[in-house]
Amino acid sequence: MATQVDDARIIEFDVRTDEMLVNMGPQHPSTHGVLRLVLRTDGEIVSEVEPHLGYLHRCAEKIGENLTPRQWIPYTDRMDYLAGMNMNLGWSLCVEKLIDHQLSEKAKHLRVIIAEMGRIASHLVGMGAYGLDLGTFSPFLYAFREREKILDLFEEACGARLTYSYLTPGGATADLPNGWLQKCEAFLDQFEPIIPEYHALLTTNAIFVKRTAGIGVMSGEMAVDFGCTGPVLRGSGVDYDLRRDGEERYTEMYDGYAFEVISQKDGHYPKDHDYPAVPAEAVLGDCWHRFYVRMLEVVQAIDLVRQAIDRYSTASGDWGVPIKLAHKLPKGEVYLETESPRGQMGFYLVSDGNAIPWRVRARSSCFCNLSVTSDLCRGCLIADVPAIVGSLDVVMGEIDR
Amino acid sequence: MAEFFQQIWDSFFQTSSESPGAIAYLVAAVIHCVLIIHVVAVGALIFIWMERKISGRIQDRLGPTRVGGAFGWLQTLADGIKLIAKEDITPKDADAMLFKAAPYVGFAASYCAYIALPFSDGWVAQHMNTAVFFILAVLGIEVFSPILAGYASGSKWSLFGAMREAAQVVSYEVPLGMCVVVPCMICGTLNLVTIGNMQAGSFTNWLAFNDPFTFIVACVYFTCATASVNRAPFDLAEAESELVAGFHTEYSGLRWSFFFMAEYGSMFLVSGLAAILFFGGWHGPIPIAEPIAGVLSLVVEPLLNFGRYVVGFVVGDLGQVTEGVVATQIANLMGCLNFLVKGTIGVTVMMWVRWTLPRLRIDQVMTTCLKYCVPIAAFGFLGALVWQVNDLPTSNDMPVIGKNRFEVRESWVYQAEKELRTTSGDQKSSPDDQQPPFDPHQATGSTELVPQGAFVMKGGAR
Repeated sequence: MATQVDDARIIEFDVRTDEMLVNMGPQHPSTHGVLRLVLRTDGEIVSEVEPHLGYLHRCAEKIGENLTPRQWIPYTDRMDYLAGMNMNLGWSLCVEKLIDHQLSEKAKHLRVIIAEMGRIASHLVGMGAYGLDLGTFSPFLYAFREREKILDLFEEACGARLTYSYLTPGGATADLPNGWLQKCEAFLDQFEPIIPEYHALLTTNAIFVKRTAGIGVMSGEMAVDFGCTGPVLRGSGVDYDLRRDGEERYTEMYDGYAFEVISQKDGHYPKDHDYPAVPAEAVLGDCWHRFYVRMLEVVQAIDLVRQAIDRYSTASGDWGVPIKLAHKLPKGEVYLETESPRGQMGFYLVSDGNAIPWRVRARSSCFCNLSVTSDLCRGCLIADVPAIVGSLDVVMGEIDR
Repeated sequence: MAEFFQQIWDSFFQTSSESPGAIAYLVAAVIHCVLIIHVVAVGALIFIWMERKISGRIQDRLGPTRVGGAFGWLQTLADGIKLIAKEDITPKDADAMLFKAAPYVGFAASYCAYIALPFSDGWVAQHMNTAVFFILAVLGIEVFSPILAGYASGSKWSLFGAMREAAQVVSYEVPLGMCVVVPCMICGTLNLVTIGNMQAGSFTNWLAFNDPFTFIVACVYFTCATASVNRAPFDLAEAESELVAGFHTEYSGLRWSFFFMAEYGSMFLVSGLAAILFFGGWHGPIPIAEPIAGVLSLVVEPLLNFGRYVVGFVVGDLGQVTEGVVATQIANLMGCLNFLVKGTIGVTVMMWVRWTLPRLRIDQVMTTCLKYCVPIAAFGFLGALVWQVNDLPTSNDMPVIGKNRFEVRESWVYQAEKELRTTSGDQKSSPDDQQPPFDPHQATGSTELVPQGAFVMKGGAR
């Protein structure tokens, strides 16, 4: 005779077929570094996903409380290692806000050039790695081929290829070298006609559309509720971009630029007539839209760099001399957010009047973007998990810091 | 080949025997085995190198450039040596025996199927009247290897890969079988040598161009073959972005390389099968092999005769080479090259697809099979059947250089057709009536018996 079981859940457990608990990561090829996802699966169907973080925690914030702001710049590079320039920019602006440092016009345009080039490089990796997540290798190599040229340009400007430490509080470590702008323009002229290749290999590819359209659909409300930012938010149709809606100190960099926020309005993306139409299967807020927003942002970044190059060459002022290494910070606290390629990257600084900040904090965009994983992945297939996580384009270095 | 060794044996020991003895058969078997294992293993080496080079070129890279000269010819060999030297790991949770056996099951199946695969007219390890059936059956066994590996590894990812493989391969065998039946139906035989010979002549004689339906079927066959050997975009069982490495996650070293060899072996096998069933086998697009072979034999035959004459001084008179044998063998050699090129083209297309397309999801793979491939294959099969039964014009009717397809038949089919025609009083004139076909190259089909109730296609009786 069967034993009497009081707990109803145990009977339920007996009736159901076995669910399997699988660890995806931290050593898994498609978890973008060291993300660990614990999947509860029923065959191929995923019933629950739980992300586990902390495998790349390097105490960056604590280190920031023991260094001067300029000394901490290299640590910001290593947070979002795919968009080091944009991280430098965020921290520099935050420190400048505290010490109330005003930049010359020239320095601002220089920062626009560098930040938008960084955005292109970062989105290229995001795009290529997303192809890898879906099992196609070649777009990854095509993306890296072009990114390599951007890295060459960055190397010429600052000497480093990945961890730049180029933009610092006060401006930049050096002016752009002679002939850099011409090289940059030549790269843009060469790169822009290549983008349709990416669209042919990925965006409009029938299998790619099948794998991404209608997968991981996130409504605009949900995206806002979870604090998603960047392409993840705009992919859900929310018209929000810090380059337009951000703080004065940040948006003044983009004053006078022809610039439209890439998000779907009335079923259309700005300037999408040059690029493939949205497929019928795609639902606003799915993986396909998040990917497409990134692709369009690359085009827009090219446009912004072109405008910035024009302005930079005619602008007045210097390129922005860095503040002293041990610049004494005024007492106070500041918080400033910038639009990094992955979303809203915020830096928080509390100073007690010394050269070394009393508290440093980074607000990670990927952390919020990643938080939707469990909700989006519930009930999908195992193959959709990399597709969804890849479409969020997270960098673990920035989440764990 | 056994006869050949018996001759050597006889001339060496000054004996004479009616039929080859056991030792001759053994020697022949060993030579066949060694030849085929070289086709599989060396073929895998070349194909892996090719895959690296092709993927490199597709991706704007160079691919291997160091080992063995500028083209990296020996890269795979160097990797092979590395793999041999690697530690052979068996996980703690693994079912050790099954875990160790799994790679060999796959390799053996892939290797076995080559026994029935002709490389040229009559160049086949074992003549089989049911070669097509044999190859499909043995390929079906290959699926056990990933299933065993996945089950025995004691890893959940491996298990996922194994289950995917099982579901996928079993479903794709249905349309694959339907597609393979079509050439067999048109030719009225399961013998691959006969099917290949029936496509002699120009490329219009190839079965893919026989009628519109066979072309559709050829395309479906290639899709299903890609899926059944687990190549992208159907490589779900080893999808690295989802399942780490699928069923071979836990393998290392030589065992892992056996999976690879099996994969590349099967790739060439299904491409070769496609070449024979649909694309003329060892016949080139233009029938120039025989004239060229005839011309070459004018040079080679006297040389060989001279050689035999010289050697004859030592071992006793050897006599002359049989008339026409040299020409036939040269034509066969060229046919073999033709076949290898066709098979390699098939493999190259698979590589091209792999490095271009994203991977499908498991439900989409099943949809592709059950909702598209099966109905299209069935439609193609029925269409080809109707075409054949109604005797509609085929590309084979066009005036071409070379033989008409239906001159190449096993003799029992002829007998059956003849009888059918005499009993039904069919007065339709046919070239078959004048002379029974005799193909000296063809070693098969010498059976004189007519099976009771043999099914004969009307299309064959022309």
